Order: sequence, then structure tokens, then C-alpha cells
Amino acid sequence: MLHLTLFLFFAAIAVAGAVNLLVQRHPINSALSLVVVMASLAGEYLLLGAEFVAAVQVIVYAGAIMVLFVFVIMLLNAGEEARSKGSRVAILLGVPGVTIGAVLVAWVVLRYSNAEAVSMYALPGDPQAIARLLFHDFLLPFEVTSILILIAIMGAVVLASPPQAIVRRRRTEPAQHETRELAAAGKER
Amino acid sequence: MVPLTYYLLLSGILFTCGVLGFLIKRNIITIFMSIELMLNGVNLSFVAFAAHWHALSGQVFVFFVMVVAAAEATVGLAIIIAVFRTRETLNVDQVNLLKL
Amino acid sequence: MPAPHTDQRHTMSITTFIVISIVKSLAVIAVLLTAVAYSVWLERKVSARIQNRWGPTRVGPFGLLQPLADGAKFILKEDLTQPHVYKPLYIAAPIIALVFAITSISVVPFGNTAYIPEINVGHWFSTPEISTPFQITDLNIGLLVVLGITSMGVYGVALAGWSSNNKYSLLGGLRASAQMISYEVSLGLSLIPVLIKSGSFSLRAIVESQRHLHWNIFYLPFGTLAFFIYLISAYAETNRTPFDLPEAESELVAGYHTEYSAMKFAMFFMAEYANMVTVACLATLLFFGGWLGPVFGPPVLQMILPIIWFCLKVFFFMFLYVWVRWTLPRFRYDQLMAFGWKVLLPVAIANLVVTALIVALRA
Repeated sequence: MLHLTLFLFFAAIAVAGAVNLLVQRHPINSALSLVVVMASLAGEYLLLGAEFVAAVQVIVYAGAIMVLFVFVIMLLNAGEEARSKGSRVAILLGVPGVTIGAVLVAWVVLRYSNAEAVSMYALPGDPQAIARLLFHDFLLPFEVTSILILIAIMGAVVLASPPQAIVRRRRTEPAQHETRELAAAGKER
Repeated sequence: MVPLTYYLLLSGILFTCGVLGFLIKRNIITIFMSIELMLNGVNLSFVAFAAHWHALSGQVFVFFVMVVAAAEATVGLAIIIAVFRTRETLNVDQVNLLKL
Repeated sequence: MPAPHTDQRHTMSITTFIVISIVKSLAVIAVLLTAVAYSVWLERKVSARIQNRWGPTRVGPFGLLQPLADGAKFILKEDLTQPHVYKPLYIAAPIIALVFAITSISVVPFGNTAYIPEINVGHWFSTPEISTPFQITDLNIGLLVVLGITSMGVYGVALAGWSSNNKYSLLGGLRASAQMISYEVSLGLSLIPVLIKSGSFSLRAIVESQRHLHWNIFYLPFGTLAFFIYLISAYAETNRTPFDLPEAESELVAGYHTEYSAMKFAMFFMAEYANMVTVACLATLLFFGGWLGPVFGPPVLQMILPIIWFCLKVFFFMFLYVWVRWTLPRFRYDQLMAFGWKVLLPVAIANLVVTALIVALRA
């Protein structure tokens, strides 16, 4: 009974956050509702006995990836979304299509469902058990993902840095000439 | 006790909201966040099935999904910053020409 | 659901468990908030003595009632409402900062098990025998929970800087949050040698593995190195000198809390000192043996003495925080970030690799 109440509590918060992400016009509100969704999903993972995954969800997803999103929204000073012709067409076609697909998936899930309950104590979700799997059976994917992160870091640094001309000028010129040159560069671009 | 179906339905609802956000939103950052929402829904069904079939590899796979999501968000946001530098807009409807 | 038990021998009913948890939470929050208020007093007194002046002396003996006067001031000050801020996040940011600063105390153990015998007052009032640890909850992923809450604390700073709609606040907020997430990496990596030695994420198990003066800081040389990396990263994480450029007055007016006044500023202030208390608690638990110390005497004294040792060690770390603040000059922002990424992170990774090798070769 308590299990069902807690599940419904976290599920309600997650769905409310997801709907709020769609409804809000300003991206910062959407970002914060996504953080709420992730935190409530961490609660759901705890109800499934996956405590290590819940902690990692909070540390990595809600505490690092979403901070990155919030940074970019703050840096680019994104404003509210404006209604345009494209968005009206997307709503007219997209919402019915997705609803039909969702109803189909839900029907399949309910038809082949079994009322067997998922217990919180089904699995040992502690770090030792996961580490045993991660470093024995899944060692190759683990190493490959570390290389993937390295590539992502290098790609982000290269893509987000200012153009080479400005970097070269910053290294060789004092500050007051530099601002004049930057303004001129912006105008000619 | 909670049946497996409830977890799958919740995962499906989150995934549907993600797909809807991807289709109807015009701001590129919000579209990215809808992708993250879809990945979160999928993570939930991984963990639910791991508990249902007593297979811990479901939880291990959630790590890999998180890592891939982090890498993709990093590179995607860097691309958005680079595009913003030239086009000064975050609206996907206005990024429709290869060369300005 | 199985009945919750907090000790191997006794199980208790669910109402008793809930009542005890509520009592423990209220007690710990009250003590934490008082500690935060008096750490402000400590800072003013110690900084004054370092600078060869008196500090607060008028309000109560030795200025001990100064925090009360400060609290009254904050409550009675005019709460300026700016017209140009983004209202929802402007009000939410200090709440977020304070909530996450206070939450990490929930997994910190203060002492051993508390044992309260049965009380029977006639036939209409009786309490059962209670045996509960001096900790709100002993999670077996306690250390990860503290790291997670520290990661979430970045939102308070970033949102405060952005919602103030002020270029100094935005720059200060961005700098502070970039600094916090950079030093979080070396913070986490510096704690892994401790985990390898103790074999568990539970804070109680980590302290228990340091019995008989096997404190982690004496585990030369990698325990000491881990301790210093942890301390430097934690100082940068809590935005304290020598890493407090984002809130230095001479740099960015006041950084991310420029536009805040009265109660909201007080909440940021409290959040900063609560973070300091959390860092001090973690440092004693992970490196200095937590509540372990000479224990003697009757059972009541045996329950109280570990808490006293714990408080003394935490007090030493708070004193160290203030001492370092008023002794060292401040880092420039690019020096700070370069140090975090180019020096501290490689050293932390090297420390981790060598510790893992040594533990593996010894086993």
C-alpha cells in the first residue's frame, strides 16, 4: 500500500514536470521542470531497489547535464518562444499523430500485461553488485564509453571556442585595442 | 505492490511527452531537453525490467545510456552555441539556409 | 512492508519509527541552524583577533548574543522588491540554495547508538524501549547522497545570478557555478581512496573502519594527500577564500547576491555557512575518525562522549576555515580554474590509481 502511494506520488510529479516542459514558453522554466522530472525518477528508481542508479541519476543527470543546459540558456540569453506558422503546423499534425502512437503502445502494454508486482527487494542494487557486473562482463563497453566522453570533451571545446582570428588577436594585443578590433570583426561578419 | 505495467505506462507517458516536445517546440534548446526526457523514460523502463526479470544488467545499461546522453548533450550544446554565434537566433524555423 | 529496524537486536513499530525520525530531524535541524548562526560569530571573533582588534563584544558576554541581533536585523530590514528581476526564480533561488545546504546533514552520523529504556507512567502512558543511532538515517550510499546534494546546490547560485537581471550578478553567478562544478570533479575523485580503504559508501561504516587510531589521514602518504585535495576542493566548492572571487566586493560588486536584501540575503549567507558545516562534518568523518575517541564511564557518558569528540573535531575545521580565509590572498579567476583542472584533477587521479594499485597488491 505504501509502495503504491509512493509510486503514484513520484509518478504524478514526473508527469506534471513533463507536461510543464511542453507548456512553458521560456526555456529556463522547461529546464527546471526537467530537473524536477529527473529528481522524481530518482525516487522511482529507489522504489525499484536501484539505489546506486538513483544516486548517479541525481549526481550526473540532474546535477551536471542539466546544469550545462541552464548555463547555455543563461549565456545565450534565450527569450520566450514566439508562435509562428511552423509551430502551428507542427501542433496540428504532431499532436494527433503522437497521441495515436501512444495509445497504440499503451494498448499493447496493457494487453500483454501481467499483474505480477515488481518488488523493491528483487535485486541487490548496491554499488558492489553493480561494480562486479560493470568491471567484469561490461568492461569493454565501459572503456569505450570513456573514450566517447573524451571525444565529446574535445569536440565541445573545439566547437564552442571563438573563431581562430579572435583567439590569435587576444593573445597578442592589449585589451583596449582588442575591444575595438572585436567590434569591427562583428560588423564585417 | 506495484505491477510492472504501471512502470511501463509511466515510462510511455514520459516518452510521449518527449516526442511531443520534439515535434511542437521551436526553440532548439527545448528540443534537446525533450530528447533528454525521452532518454529518461527509456531509463525507467530499463530499471523496471531489471527488477522484473532479476537481471542486474538492466541497471548497468542505464549507466551507458546516461553517459551517451551526457556526451550527446555536450556536443549538441556546443553546436548550438556555434550556430548562435552566426545566426543570432535559437528558433529552428529561422535556421533553414545553409549559407546566410 | 517489513518492520523497520535500526539495530540488529530490536525491531520497532512503524509509528515509533516515524515519531523518532521526526524528533531526530527537528533536533538536528535546530542544532545545525544554531551552529550556522554561531559560526558567523566565530568568524567575526577569530578574524578580529587575527587582525588585532576585538570583534563583537557589546552584545552579551564576548558578543555571544550577536547572532540574535543579526537575526533580528535581517528580519526587520526592508525587503526591497526589484521591478526588473525574473520574479519566480528570484524568490526560488535562495530557497533552493538553503534547502540543499541543509539537507546533507541527514546522512551524517554524530555518535554511536542511543539507548533509551522503557518509560512507564502509570497505565495510560508508556514508551517502548528505543535503540537508535545518532544519525537521521544510515543509507548504504550515504557518501553519494552528499555528493549529489552538493551537485544540486549549484542551481541556487546560477539561478540567483541569472534572475537578478544585472550584468554583475550574471557574471558572478556564472563564475561561481563554473568554479563549483569544476572542483566537484576533484572532490569526488579525492574521496575514492577513502572508499577503497573502507569498502563501503555508508558514512557509519567508513568511520567504523577507522577504529583504534587507524584514521584515514594517517594512512600515509595517500590518505594525507587525499585529505589535502579534499580540503582544497571543498574550499573552492563552498566559495571560500582563497577561492571566493565570485563574491569578493572589490571585483563584481557582490557577485550573484548583489540584488538581494534582508531575508533572502540572509538565506544565501546561511546556505554558505551550512555548506561549510557539512564540509567540516565530512572531513572529520572521512579522515579524522568521526566520533572515535577515548570513551569511559557510565552508559550515559558513553553515549554523550562520542558526540563531544565529533563536535570538537568539527569546531577545529570551522576554525581552520576562518583561519585560512584571513591569512591567504585570493586567487584570480583564471588562476583558480587553471589550478582546478590542470593541477588538482591530475593529482587526484594519480592518487586514486596508486591507492588502488597498492590495495590490490596487498590483498
